[in-house]
Amino acid sequence: MKKILYSVKAVSQKELCPGIFDLRLSAPELVQNARAGQFVNVFLNDRSRLLPRPVSICEIKGTGNEKDTLRLVYRVTGEKAGTAELSSYAAGTQISLLGPLGNGFPLEKARWEMPGREPDIAVVGGGIGIPPLLELCHELPCRKTAVLGYRNENLFLKDEFDLAADRLLVATEDGSYGIKGNVLDAMKASKYEPTCIMACGPLPMLRALKQYAAERNIPCFISMEERMACGVGVCLGCVVKSAETDPHSCVKNKRVCKDGPVFKAEEVDLT
Amino acid sequence: MSREPEMKVSIAGVELKNPVMTASGTFGSGEEYSEFTDLNRLGAVVTKGVANVPWAGNPVPRIAETPSGMLNAIGLQNPGVDVFIQRDLPFLKKFDTKIVVNVCGHTAEEYLEVAERLSEEPVDLLEINISCPNVKEGGIGFGQDPKAVEKITAEIRKKAKQPVIMKLSPNVTDISEIAKAAESGGADAVSLINTITGMKIDVVKRKFVLANKTGGLSGPAIRPVAVRMVYEAAHAVKIPVIGMGGITNADDALEFILAGATAVCVGSANFRNPLATSEIVDGIRDYMLQYDISDIRELTGAVG
Repeated sequence: MKKILYSVKAVSQKELCPGIFDLRLSAPELVQNARAGQFVNVFLNDRSRLLPRPVSICEIKGTGNEKDTLRLVYRVTGEKAGTAELSSYAAGTQISLLGPLGNGFPLEKARWEMPGREPDIAVVGGGIGIPPLLELCHELPCRKTAVLGYRNENLFLKDEFDLAADRLLVATEDGSYGIKGNVLDAMKASKYEPTCIMACGPLPMLRALKQYAAERNIPCFISMEERMACGVGVCLGCVVKSAETDPHSCVKNKRVCKDGPVFKAEEVDLT
Repeated sequence: MSREPEMKVSIAGVELKNPVMTASGTFGSGEEYSEFTDLNRLGAVVTKGVANVPWAGNPVPRIAETPSGMLNAIGLQNPGVDVFIQRDLPFLKKFDTKIVVNVCGHTAEEYLEVAERLSEEPVDLLEINISCPNVKEGGIGFGQDPKAVEKITAEIRKKAKQPVIMKLSPNVTDISEIAKAAESGGADAVSLINTITGMKIDVVKRKFVLANKTGGLSGPAIRPVAVRMVYEAAHAVKIPVIGMGGITNADDALEFILAGATAVCVGSANFRNPLATSEIVDGIRDYMLQYDISDIRELTGAVG
Protein backbone atom coordinates (compact mmCIF):
# COMPACT_ATOMS: atom_id res chain seq x y z
CA MET A 1 0.00 0.00 0.00
CA LYS A 2 1.34 3.41 -0.89
CA LYS A 3 1.57 5.66 2.12
CA ILE A 4 -0.11 9.00 1.69
CA LEU A 5 -1.16 10.17 5.14
CA TYR A 6 1.61 11.55 7.33
CA SER A 7 1.79 13.13 10.77
CA VAL A 8 4.67 15.60 10.63
CA LYS A 9 6.15 18.17 12.96
CA ALA A 10 6.42 21.88 12.22
CA VAL A 11 10.05 22.96 12.31
CA SER A 12 9.44 26.69 11.96
CA GLN A 13 6.82 29.16 10.88
CA LYS A 14 7.31 32.82 10.05
CA GLU A 15 5.43 35.61 8.33
CA LEU A 16 7.35 36.69 5.20
CA CYS A 17 5.17 39.74 4.68
CA PRO A 18 1.63 40.68 5.74
CA GLY A 19 -0.54 37.58 5.31
CA ILE A 20 2.11 35.40 3.63
CA PHE A 21 3.52 32.62 5.80
CA ASP A 22 6.50 30.30 5.45
CA LEU A 23 5.93 26.94 7.18
CA ARG A 24 8.65 24.30 7.28
CA LEU A 25 7.83 20.71 8.21
CA SER A 26 10.04 17.74 8.96
CA ALA A 27 8.77 15.20 6.42
CA PRO A 28 11.59 12.98 5.13
CA GLU A 29 9.32 10.17 3.91
CA LEU A 30 6.87 12.45 2.15
CA VAL A 31 9.47 14.55 0.31
CA GLN A 32 11.30 11.47 -1.03
CA ASN A 33 8.84 11.20 -3.90
CA ALA A 34 7.79 14.83 -4.20
CA ARG A 35 8.42 16.96 -7.29
CA ALA A 36 8.03 20.58 -8.30
CA GLY A 37 4.42 21.42 -9.09
CA GLN A 38 2.93 18.93 -6.66
CA PHE A 39 0.99 19.92 -3.58
CA VAL A 40 0.01 18.59 -0.18
CA ASN A 41 -3.34 18.53 1.60
CA VAL A 42 -2.98 20.04 5.07
CA PHE A 43 -5.49 19.02 7.73
CA LEU A 44 -6.25 21.48 10.49
CA ASN A 45 -6.19 20.35 14.08
CA ASP A 46 -9.63 21.89 14.62
CA ARG A 47 -11.62 18.84 13.57
CA SER A 48 -14.75 20.86 12.86
CA ARG A 49 -12.88 21.94 9.75
CA LEU A 50 -13.45 18.75 7.78
CA LEU A 51 -11.60 19.48 4.57
CA PRO A 52 -7.87 19.71 3.96
CA ARG A 53 -6.27 22.88 2.65
CA PRO A 54 -4.32 22.21 -0.57
CA VAL A 55 -0.98 24.03 -0.45
CA SER A 56 1.61 23.86 -3.20
CA ILE A 57 5.13 22.68 -2.40
CA CYS A 58 7.40 25.72 -2.38
CA GLU A 59 10.66 23.91 -1.77
CA ILE A 60 12.04 20.50 -0.83
CA LYS A 61 14.97 21.13 1.46
CA GLY A 62 17.67 19.05 3.06
CA THR A 63 21.36 18.74 3.63
CA GLY A 64 23.30 17.28 0.70
CA ASN A 65 21.35 14.42 -0.86
CA GLU A 66 19.22 13.86 2.22
CA LYS A 67 15.93 15.65 1.57
CA ASP A 68 13.97 15.95 4.77
CA THR A 69 12.08 19.24 4.96
CA LEU A 70 8.92 20.36 3.22
CA ARG A 71 8.56 24.11 2.79
CA LEU A 72 5.11 25.61 2.25
CA VAL A 73 4.53 29.30 1.53
CA TYR A 74 0.86 30.22 1.62
CA ARG A 75 -1.51 33.12 2.08
CA VAL A 76 -3.98 33.55 4.94
CA THR A 77 -7.28 34.16 3.20
CA GLY A 78 -9.26 35.58 6.13
CA GLU A 79 -9.32 36.04 9.91
CA LYS A 80 -11.57 33.05 10.49
CA ALA A 81 -10.22 30.93 7.65
CA GLY A 82 -8.51 27.60 8.02
CA THR A 83 -5.28 29.19 6.78
CA ALA A 84 -5.47 31.61 9.72
CA GLU A 85 -5.49 28.62 12.07
CA LEU A 86 -2.58 27.11 10.13
CA SER A 87 -0.57 30.30 10.56
CA SER A 88 -0.95 30.02 14.34
CA TYR A 89 0.96 26.72 14.54
CA ALA A 90 4.36 27.21 16.15
CA ALA A 91 7.44 25.00 15.82
CA GLY A 92 6.76 21.61 17.39
CA THR A 93 3.08 21.44 16.34
CA GLN A 94 2.08 18.05 14.93
CA ILE A 95 0.22 18.36 11.64
CA SER A 96 -1.53 15.78 9.45
CA LEU A 97 -0.73 15.88 5.74
CA LEU A 98 -1.80 13.98 2.65
CA GLY A 99 0.74 13.93 -0.11
CA PRO A 100 2.51 14.43 -2.36
CA LEU A 101 -0.46 15.00 -4.65
CA GLY A 102 -0.90 15.99 -8.26
CA ASN A 103 1.23 15.53 -11.36
CA GLY A 104 3.95 18.19 -11.07
CA PHE A 105 5.64 20.16 -13.85
CA PRO A 106 6.86 18.10 -16.84
CA LEU A 107 10.59 18.82 -16.60
CA GLU A 108 11.45 16.80 -19.67
CA LYS A 109 9.25 19.03 -21.82
CA ALA A 110 11.35 22.05 -20.88
CA ARG A 111 14.24 20.80 -22.92
CA TRP A 112 12.39 21.07 -26.21
CA GLU A 113 14.80 22.55 -28.62
CA MET A 114 13.59 25.31 -30.85
CA PRO A 115 15.32 25.49 -34.22
CA GLY A 116 18.42 27.64 -33.86
CA ARG A 117 17.70 28.54 -30.21
CA GLU A 118 18.95 27.37 -26.83
CA PRO A 119 16.22 26.54 -24.27
CA ASP A 120 15.28 29.49 -22.05
CA ILE A 121 12.30 28.63 -19.91
CA ALA A 122 10.13 31.45 -18.58
CA VAL A 123 9.09 30.50 -15.05
CA VAL A 124 6.20 32.92 -14.55
CA GLY A 125 4.49 33.57 -11.24
CA GLY A 126 1.74 35.95 -10.19
CA GLY A 127 1.15 36.74 -6.51
CA ILE A 128 0.49 33.63 -4.41
CA GLY A 129 1.20 31.55 -7.56
CA ILE A 130 4.88 32.32 -7.06
CA PRO A 131 5.88 29.83 -4.28
CA PRO A 132 5.64 26.51 -6.24
CA LEU A 133 7.92 27.93 -8.93
CA LEU A 134 10.89 28.07 -6.57
CA GLU A 135 11.23 24.28 -6.43
CA LEU A 136 10.69 24.26 -10.20
CA CYS A 137 13.70 26.55 -10.64
CA HIS A 138 15.79 24.15 -8.52
CA GLU A 139 14.71 21.17 -10.62
CA LEU A 140 14.87 22.63 -14.12
CA PRO A 141 18.18 21.56 -15.65
CA CYS A 142 18.35 24.23 -18.35
CA ARG A 143 18.42 28.03 -18.54
CA LYS A 144 15.47 29.66 -16.78
CA THR A 145 14.29 33.22 -16.34
CA ALA A 146 12.00 33.87 -13.40
CA VAL A 147 9.29 36.44 -14.20
CA LEU A 148 7.46 37.48 -11.04
CA GLY A 149 4.43 39.73 -10.75
CA TYR A 150 3.55 41.29 -7.41
CA ARG A 151 0.85 43.73 -6.27
CA ASN A 152 3.17 46.04 -4.34
CA GLU A 153 6.49 46.23 -2.47
CA ASN A 154 5.82 42.98 -0.54
CA LEU A 155 8.25 41.05 -2.72
CA PHE A 156 8.16 37.68 -0.92
CA LEU A 157 10.71 35.11 -2.19
CA LYS A 158 12.16 37.55 -4.77
CA ASP A 159 15.73 37.27 -3.46
CA GLU A 160 15.54 33.47 -3.47
CA PHE A 161 14.44 33.46 -7.12
CA ASP A 162 17.36 35.78 -7.87
CA LEU A 163 19.68 32.98 -6.74
CA ALA A 164 17.66 30.05 -8.13
CA ALA A 165 17.11 31.35 -11.68
CA ASP A 166 19.59 32.50 -14.31
CA ARG A 167 17.79 35.82 -14.66
CA LEU A 168 15.04 37.63 -12.78
CA LEU A 169 12.40 40.01 -14.14
CA VAL A 170 9.98 41.67 -11.72
CA ALA A 171 6.78 43.62 -12.22
CA THR A 172 4.66 45.33 -9.57
CA GLU A 173 1.13 46.58 -10.13
CA ASP A 174 1.81 49.79 -8.26
CA GLY A 175 5.24 50.33 -9.83
CA SER A 176 7.05 50.27 -6.46
CA TYR A 177 9.68 47.90 -7.86
CA GLY A 178 10.71 46.74 -11.32
CA ILE A 179 8.36 47.29 -14.23
CA LYS A 180 4.98 48.89 -13.46
CA GLY A 181 2.39 46.44 -14.62
CA ASN A 182 2.21 42.67 -14.90
CA VAL A 183 4.44 39.78 -15.93
CA LEU A 184 3.78 40.24 -19.64
CA ASP A 185 4.81 43.88 -19.35
CA ALA A 186 8.06 42.77 -17.70
CA MET A 187 8.77 40.25 -20.48
CA LYS A 188 8.06 42.80 -23.21
CA ALA A 189 10.19 45.48 -21.50
CA SER A 190 13.19 43.10 -21.55
CA LYS A 191 12.36 41.90 -25.07
CA TYR A 192 12.42 38.41 -23.57
CA GLU A 193 11.46 35.63 -25.98
CA PRO A 194 11.23 32.36 -24.00
CA THR A 195 11.29 28.94 -25.63
CA CYS A 196 8.75 27.55 -23.14
CA ILE A 197 6.51 28.92 -20.37
CA MET A 198 5.75 27.31 -17.00
CA ALA A 199 3.36 29.40 -14.98
CA CYS A 200 1.27 29.65 -11.85
CA GLY A 201 -0.97 32.50 -10.77
CA PRO A 202 -4.37 34.14 -11.18
CA LEU A 203 -6.66 33.08 -14.01
CA PRO A 204 -6.39 36.36 -16.01
CA MET A 205 -2.59 35.93 -16.01
CA LEU A 206 -2.86 32.31 -17.17
CA ARG A 207 -5.26 33.32 -19.95
CA ALA A 208 -2.90 36.02 -21.16
CA LEU A 209 0.07 33.64 -21.12
CA LYS A 210 -1.89 30.97 -22.98
CA GLN A 211 -2.59 33.45 -25.76
CA TYR A 212 0.98 34.81 -25.71
CA ALA A 213 2.39 31.28 -26.07
CA ALA A 214 -0.07 30.32 -28.80
CA GLU A 215 0.87 33.42 -30.81
CA ARG A 216 4.55 32.41 -30.63
CA ASN A 217 3.93 28.68 -30.99
CA ILE A 218 5.84 27.81 -27.79
CA PRO A 219 4.78 25.22 -25.20
CA CYS A 220 2.98 26.63 -22.16
CA PHE A 221 2.29 24.68 -18.94
CA ILE A 222 0.02 26.18 -16.30
CA SER A 223 -0.67 25.14 -12.72
CA MET A 224 -4.32 25.54 -11.79
CA GLU A 225 -6.37 25.48 -8.63
CA GLU A 226 -9.98 24.76 -7.71
CA ARG A 227 -11.83 24.07 -4.46
CA MET A 228 -10.99 20.52 -3.36
CA ALA A 229 -12.31 17.89 -1.02
CA CYS A 230 -10.54 14.53 -1.45
CA GLY A 231 -7.40 15.67 -3.29
CA VAL A 232 -6.88 12.26 -4.90
CA GLY A 233 -9.24 12.28 -7.86
CA VAL A 234 -12.27 10.61 -6.34
CA CYS A 235 -14.91 13.18 -5.42
CA LEU A 236 -14.88 15.11 -8.73
CA GLY A 237 -15.14 18.43 -6.92
CA CYS A 238 -12.15 20.23 -8.42
CA VAL A 239 -12.72 19.90 -12.15
CA VAL A 240 -11.59 22.26 -14.87
CA LYS A 241 -13.24 22.31 -18.29
CA SER A 242 -11.09 20.62 -20.91
CA ALA A 243 -10.84 21.41 -24.60
CA GLU A 244 -11.36 17.77 -25.57
CA THR A 245 -13.24 14.91 -23.94
CA ASP A 246 -11.08 13.56 -21.13
CA PRO A 247 -10.36 9.83 -21.52
CA HIS A 248 -10.96 9.13 -17.83
CA SER A 249 -14.08 11.17 -17.16
CA CYS A 250 -15.52 10.76 -20.69
CA VAL A 251 -16.78 14.35 -20.49
CA LYS A 252 -14.98 17.67 -20.97
CA ASN A 253 -13.79 17.88 -17.37
CA LYS A 254 -10.36 17.15 -15.92
CA ARG A 255 -9.52 16.79 -12.21
CA VAL A 256 -7.15 19.52 -11.00
CA CYS A 257 -5.92 17.34 -8.11
CA LYS A 258 -5.19 14.22 -10.17
CA ASP A 259 -4.96 15.05 -13.88
CA GLY A 260 -3.27 18.33 -12.85
CA PRO A 261 -2.62 20.71 -11.23
CA VAL A 262 -0.25 21.27 -14.15
CA PHE A 263 -1.85 21.23 -17.58
CA LYS A 264 -0.79 22.10 -21.12
CA ALA A 265 -2.47 25.45 -21.66
CA GLU A 266 -4.27 24.30 -24.79
CA GLU A 267 -5.71 21.27 -22.93
CA VAL A 268 -7.92 23.38 -20.68
CA ASP A 269 -10.74 25.82 -21.31
CA LEU A 270 -9.92 29.00 -19.39
CA THR A 271 -12.93 31.06 -20.47
CA MET B 1 -13.31 -14.80 24.79
CA SER B 2 -11.20 -16.83 22.40
CA ARG B 3 -13.50 -17.10 19.38
CA GLU B 4 -13.19 -14.56 16.57
CA PRO B 5 -16.30 -12.29 16.51
CA GLU B 6 -18.66 -13.01 13.62
CA MET B 7 -18.98 -9.86 11.54
CA LYS B 8 -20.73 -11.28 8.46
CA VAL B 9 -24.00 -9.65 7.48
CA SER B 10 -26.51 -10.49 4.77
CA ILE B 11 -28.44 -8.14 2.53
CA ALA B 12 -31.08 -9.74 0.30
CA GLY B 13 -29.19 -13.00 0.24
CA VAL B 14 -25.83 -11.38 -0.52
CA GLU B 15 -23.31 -12.07 2.22
CA LEU B 16 -20.86 -9.33 3.16
CA LYS B 17 -17.79 -10.26 5.20
CA ASN B 18 -18.47 -7.27 7.50
CA PRO B 19 -20.99 -4.42 7.71
CA VAL B 20 -18.64 -1.70 6.42
CA MET B 21 -19.25 -0.31 2.92
CA THR B 22 -18.22 2.84 1.12
CA ALA B 23 -20.73 5.64 0.50
CA SER B 24 -21.55 6.32 -3.13
CA GLY B 25 -19.80 9.37 -4.55
CA THR B 26 -16.95 9.39 -2.06
CA PHE B 27 -14.91 6.47 -3.33
CA GLY B 28 -15.18 6.58 -7.14
CA SER B 29 -15.06 3.00 -8.36
CA GLY B 30 -12.29 2.15 -5.94
CA GLU B 31 -9.28 2.68 -8.18
CA GLU B 32 -7.84 5.81 -6.55
CA TYR B 33 -8.23 4.71 -2.92
CA SER B 34 -7.05 1.17 -3.71
CA GLU B 35 -3.51 2.62 -3.83
CA PHE B 36 -3.71 3.62 -0.16
CA THR B 37 -6.14 1.24 1.48
CA ASP B 38 -6.88 -2.47 1.13
CA LEU B 39 -10.24 -2.93 -0.58
CA ASN B 40 -10.18 -6.61 0.41
CA ARG B 41 -10.98 -5.53 3.95
CA LEU B 42 -14.34 -4.02 3.05
CA GLY B 43 -17.78 -5.60 3.19
CA ALA B 44 -18.60 -3.87 -0.08
CA VAL B 45 -17.63 -1.01 -2.37
CA VAL B 46 -20.61 1.13 -3.38
CA THR B 47 -19.67 2.90 -6.60
CA LYS B 48 -20.28 6.45 -7.72
CA GLY B 49 -23.66 6.83 -9.45
CA VAL B 50 -23.72 5.39 -12.95
CA ALA B 51 -26.02 6.81 -15.63
CA ASN B 52 -26.86 5.47 -19.08
CA VAL B 53 -24.57 8.05 -20.74
CA PRO B 54 -21.68 10.21 -19.48
CA TRP B 55 -22.84 13.15 -17.35
CA ALA B 56 -20.67 16.28 -16.99
CA GLY B 57 -22.19 17.41 -13.71
CA ASN B 58 -22.51 20.97 -12.40
CA PRO B 59 -20.25 23.99 -12.99
CA VAL B 60 -17.61 24.71 -10.32
CA PRO B 61 -17.35 25.63 -7.48
CA ARG B 62 -18.81 22.26 -6.49
CA ILE B 63 -17.40 22.02 -2.95
CA ALA B 64 -17.74 24.14 0.21
CA GLU B 65 -16.71 23.44 3.76
CA THR B 66 -19.23 23.99 6.56
CA PRO B 67 -18.86 23.43 10.33
CA SER B 68 -18.08 19.72 10.81
CA GLY B 69 -19.23 19.03 7.30
CA MET B 70 -19.21 19.96 3.68
CA LEU B 71 -21.58 20.84 0.88
CA ASN B 72 -21.19 19.19 -2.48
CA ALA B 73 -22.92 19.99 -5.75
CA ILE B 74 -20.97 17.67 -8.01
CA GLY B 75 -24.08 16.95 -10.06
CA LEU B 76 -23.46 13.23 -10.52
CA GLN B 77 -20.62 13.55 -13.03
CA ASN B 78 -19.92 10.02 -14.25
CA PRO B 79 -18.46 8.31 -17.34
CA GLY B 80 -21.65 6.39 -18.18
CA VAL B 81 -22.53 2.70 -17.93
CA ASP B 82 -20.56 1.55 -20.99
CA VAL B 83 -17.19 2.73 -19.65
CA PHE B 84 -18.17 1.57 -16.18
CA ILE B 85 -18.75 -1.98 -17.43
CA GLN B 86 -15.68 -2.04 -19.66
CA ARG B 87 -13.17 -0.31 -17.32
CA ASP B 88 -14.32 0.07 -13.71
CA LEU B 89 -16.12 -3.21 -13.06
CA PRO B 90 -13.17 -5.43 -14.11
CA PHE B 91 -10.98 -3.41 -11.74
CA LEU B 92 -13.30 -3.96 -8.78
CA LYS B 93 -13.61 -7.67 -9.57
CA LYS B 94 -9.93 -8.07 -8.65
CA PHE B 95 -10.81 -7.59 -5.00
CA ASP B 96 -12.50 -9.82 -2.45
CA THR B 97 -15.33 -7.43 -1.67
CA LYS B 98 -18.94 -7.16 -2.79
CA ILE B 99 -19.81 -4.70 -5.53
CA VAL B 100 -22.84 -2.42 -5.18
CA VAL B 101 -23.47 -0.26 -8.24
CA ASN B 102 -25.26 3.01 -7.55
CA VAL B 103 -27.62 3.94 -10.39
CA CYS B 104 -28.80 7.43 -11.30
CA GLY B 105 -31.03 8.86 -13.99
CA HIS B 106 -33.26 11.76 -14.99
CA THR B 107 -36.20 9.54 -15.94
CA ALA B 108 -37.49 6.08 -15.10
CA GLU B 109 -36.38 4.89 -18.56
CA GLU B 110 -32.80 5.92 -17.85
CA TYR B 111 -32.69 4.01 -14.55
CA LEU B 112 -34.14 0.95 -16.27
CA GLU B 113 -31.64 1.15 -19.11
CA VAL B 114 -28.74 1.03 -16.63
CA ALA B 115 -30.35 -1.78 -14.61
CA GLU B 116 -30.79 -3.79 -17.80
CA ARG B 117 -27.19 -3.18 -18.96
CA LEU B 118 -25.94 -4.39 -15.57
CA SER B 119 -28.18 -7.44 -15.41
CA GLU B 120 -25.62 -9.69 -17.14
CA GLU B 121 -22.65 -8.22 -15.27
CA PRO B 122 -20.89 -9.56 -12.14
CA VAL B 123 -22.50 -6.99 -9.83
CA ASP B 124 -23.82 -8.08 -6.43
CA LEU B 125 -26.40 -5.39 -5.62
CA LEU B 126 -27.87 -2.23 -7.15
CA GLU B 127 -28.37 0.94 -5.13
CA ILE B 128 -30.91 3.23 -6.78
CA ASN B 129 -30.24 6.92 -6.24
CA ILE B 130 -33.64 8.56 -6.13
CA SER B 131 -32.50 11.07 -3.62
CA CYS B 132 -29.69 13.20 -4.93
CA PRO B 133 -30.58 16.86 -4.30
CA ASN B 134 -28.20 18.13 -6.93
CA VAL B 135 -29.92 17.03 -10.07
CA LYS B 136 -32.84 19.19 -11.04
CA GLU B 137 -35.07 16.53 -12.50
CA GLY B 138 -35.27 12.98 -11.34
CA GLY B 139 -33.41 13.45 -8.07
CA ILE B 140 -35.88 15.42 -6.02
CA GLY B 141 -38.96 14.35 -7.98
CA PHE B 142 -38.64 10.62 -7.35
CA GLY B 143 -37.46 10.59 -3.78
CA GLN B 144 -39.83 12.94 -2.01
CA ASP B 145 -43.23 11.56 -2.90
CA PRO B 146 -44.18 8.12 -1.46
CA LYS B 147 -46.30 7.19 -4.50
CA ALA B 148 -43.44 8.07 -6.86
CA VAL B 149 -41.03 6.06 -4.69
CA GLU B 150 -43.27 3.01 -4.78
CA LYS B 151 -43.78 3.30 -8.54
CA ILE B 152 -40.11 3.68 -9.50
CA THR B 153 -39.13 0.91 -7.08
CA ALA B 154 -41.64 -1.49 -8.65
CA GLU B 155 -40.53 -0.63 -12.19
CA ILE B 156 -36.87 -1.22 -11.39
CA ARG B 157 -37.56 -4.33 -9.32
CA LYS B 158 -39.32 -5.86 -12.31
CA LYS B 159 -36.37 -5.34 -14.67
CA ALA B 160 -33.33 -5.66 -12.39
CA LYS B 161 -31.57 -8.98 -12.06
CA GLN B 162 -29.68 -8.11 -8.86
CA PRO B 163 -31.31 -7.20 -5.53
CA VAL B 164 -32.39 -3.57 -5.38
CA ILE B 165 -31.53 -1.13 -2.58
CA MET B 166 -33.45 2.15 -2.69
CA LYS B 167 -31.35 5.04 -1.41
CA LEU B 168 -33.60 7.46 0.44
CA SER B 169 -33.50 11.24 0.65
CA PRO B 170 -33.65 12.89 4.07
CA ASN B 171 -35.27 15.96 2.54
CA VAL B 172 -38.75 14.67 3.34
CA THR B 173 -41.32 15.16 6.05
CA ASP B 174 -41.76 11.53 7.06
CA ILE B 175 -38.96 9.07 6.35
CA SER B 176 -41.00 6.08 7.63
CA GLU B 177 -43.61 6.71 4.96
CA ILE B 178 -40.93 6.81 2.26
CA ALA B 179 -39.25 3.66 3.56
CA LYS B 180 -42.61 1.83 3.63
CA ALA B 181 -43.31 2.96 0.06
CA ALA B 182 -39.99 1.51 -1.10
CA GLU B 183 -40.78 -1.76 0.69
CA SER B 184 -44.25 -1.88 -0.88
CA GLY B 185 -42.66 -1.33 -4.29
CA GLY B 186 -40.56 -4.43 -3.72
CA ALA B 187 -37.21 -2.98 -2.59
CA ASP B 188 -34.90 -5.62 -1.14
CA ALA B 189 -33.37 -3.03 1.19
CA VAL B 190 -33.23 0.72 1.80
CA SER B 191 -30.16 2.86 2.40
CA LEU B 192 -30.17 6.24 4.10
CA ILE B 193 -29.47 9.05 4.44
CA ASN B 194 -28.35 10.80 1.32
CA THR B 195 -27.17 14.39 1.77
CA ILE B 196 -29.32 17.13 3.31
CA THR B 197 -29.92 20.15 1.03
CA GLY B 198 -27.94 23.13 2.25
CA MET B 199 -26.55 26.49 1.16
CA LYS B 200 -23.53 28.68 1.94
CA ILE B 201 -23.21 32.41 1.26
CA ASP B 202 -19.93 34.37 1.08
CA VAL B 203 -20.71 37.53 3.04
CA VAL B 204 -17.74 39.47 1.69
CA LYS B 205 -18.49 38.81 -1.97
CA ARG B 206 -22.23 38.60 -1.22
CA LYS B 207 -22.51 35.58 -3.48
CA PHE B 208 -23.48 31.91 -3.28
CA VAL B 209 -20.36 29.84 -2.65
CA LEU B 210 -21.58 26.99 -4.86
CA ALA B 211 -22.26 27.60 -8.56
CA ASN B 212 -25.39 25.47 -8.12
CA LYS B 213 -26.49 27.71 -5.18
CA THR B 214 -27.50 24.68 -3.09
CA GLY B 215 -25.62 21.50 -2.37
CA GLY B 216 -25.82 18.34 -0.28
CA LEU B 217 -24.57 18.52 3.30
CA SER B 218 -22.57 15.57 4.58
CA GLY B 219 -20.17 14.85 7.40
CA PRO B 220 -20.40 14.66 11.21
CA ALA B 221 -22.86 17.58 11.32
CA ILE B 222 -25.63 15.41 9.85
CA ARG B 223 -25.02 12.30 11.92
CA PRO B 224 -27.72 12.91 14.59
CA VAL B 225 -30.32 13.43 11.87
CA ALA B 226 -29.15 10.32 10.04
CA VAL B 227 -29.20 8.14 13.17
CA ARG B 228 -32.72 9.28 13.98
CA MET B 229 -33.93 8.58 10.44
CA VAL B 230 -32.29 5.14 10.36
CA TYR B 231 -34.03 4.32 13.65
CA GLU B 232 -37.41 5.45 12.25
CA ALA B 233 -36.96 3.58 8.97
CA ALA B 234 -35.80 0.41 10.72
CA HIS B 235 -39.00 0.49 12.78
CA ALA B 236 -41.17 1.04 9.72
CA VAL B 237 -39.97 -1.79 7.46
CA LYS B 238 -38.88 -5.42 7.70
CA ILE B 239 -36.30 -5.22 4.90
CA PRO B 240 -32.67 -4.47 5.83
CA VAL B 241 -31.69 -0.85 6.41
CA ILE B 242 -28.22 0.39 5.44
CA GLY B 243 -27.21 3.43 7.49
CA MET B 244 -24.93 6.34 6.65
CA GLY B 245 -24.37 9.99 7.43
CA GLY B 246 -21.23 11.39 9.02
CA ILE B 247 -19.66 8.12 10.15
CA THR B 248 -16.01 8.80 11.01
CA ASN B 249 -15.10 5.94 13.37
CA ALA B 250 -16.33 2.63 14.79
CA ASP B 251 -18.41 4.28 17.54
CA ASP B 252 -20.31 6.26 14.90
CA ALA B 253 -20.88 3.09 12.88
CA LEU B 254 -22.14 1.26 15.98
CA GLU B 255 -24.66 4.04 16.65
CA PHE B 256 -26.27 3.25 13.31
CA ILE B 257 -26.15 -0.50 13.90
CA LEU B 258 -27.75 -0.13 17.32
CA ALA B 259 -30.40 2.12 15.73
CA GLY B 260 -31.29 -0.71 13.36
CA ALA B 261 -28.83 -0.70 10.45
CA THR B 262 -27.68 -4.06 9.09
CA ALA B 263 -24.70 -2.41 7.40
CA VAL B 264 -23.18 1.06 7.20
CA CYS B 265 -21.56 3.26 4.56
CA VAL B 266 -18.59 5.52 5.18
CA GLY B 267 -18.33 8.58 2.97
CA SER B 268 -16.79 11.98 3.60
CA ALA B 269 -14.65 10.52 6.39
CA ASN B 270 -12.45 9.10 3.62
CA PHE B 271 -11.45 12.67 2.68
CA ARG B 272 -9.92 13.22 6.11
CA ASN B 273 -8.53 9.72 6.45
CA PRO B 274 -8.15 7.36 3.46
CA LEU B 275 -7.79 4.51 5.95
CA ALA B 276 -11.10 5.25 7.70
CA THR B 277 -12.98 2.24 6.30
CA SER B 278 -10.52 -0.42 7.42
CA GLU B 279 -10.00 1.33 10.77
CA ILE B 280 -13.75 1.17 11.31
CA VAL B 281 -13.78 -2.57 10.57
CA ASP B 282 -11.03 -3.03 13.18
CA GLY B 283 -12.81 -0.77 15.65
CA ILE B 284 -16.08 -2.69 15.41
CA ARG B 285 -14.18 -5.92 16.00
CA ASP B 286 -12.44 -4.38 19.06
CA TYR B 287 -15.83 -3.32 20.47
CA MET B 288 -17.19 -6.82 19.98
CA LEU B 289 -14.21 -8.33 21.78
CA GLN B 290 -14.44 -5.77 24.57
CA TYR B 291 -18.16 -6.35 25.21
CA ASP B 292 -18.13 -10.10 24.48
CA ILE B 293 -20.39 -9.85 21.44
CA SER B 294 -19.93 -13.00 19.39
CA ASP B 295 -22.13 -12.05 16.43
CA ILE B 296 -22.69 -8.54 15.01
CA ARG B 297 -26.37 -9.37 14.55
CA GLU B 298 -26.80 -9.22 18.33
CA LEU B 299 -26.23 -5.47 18.01
CA THR B 300 -28.60 -4.72 15.10
CA GLY B 301 -31.41 -2.57 16.49
CA ALA B 302 -30.33 -3.37 20.04
CA VAL B 303 -30.77 0.18 21.34
CA GLY B 304 -33.26 0.70 24.15
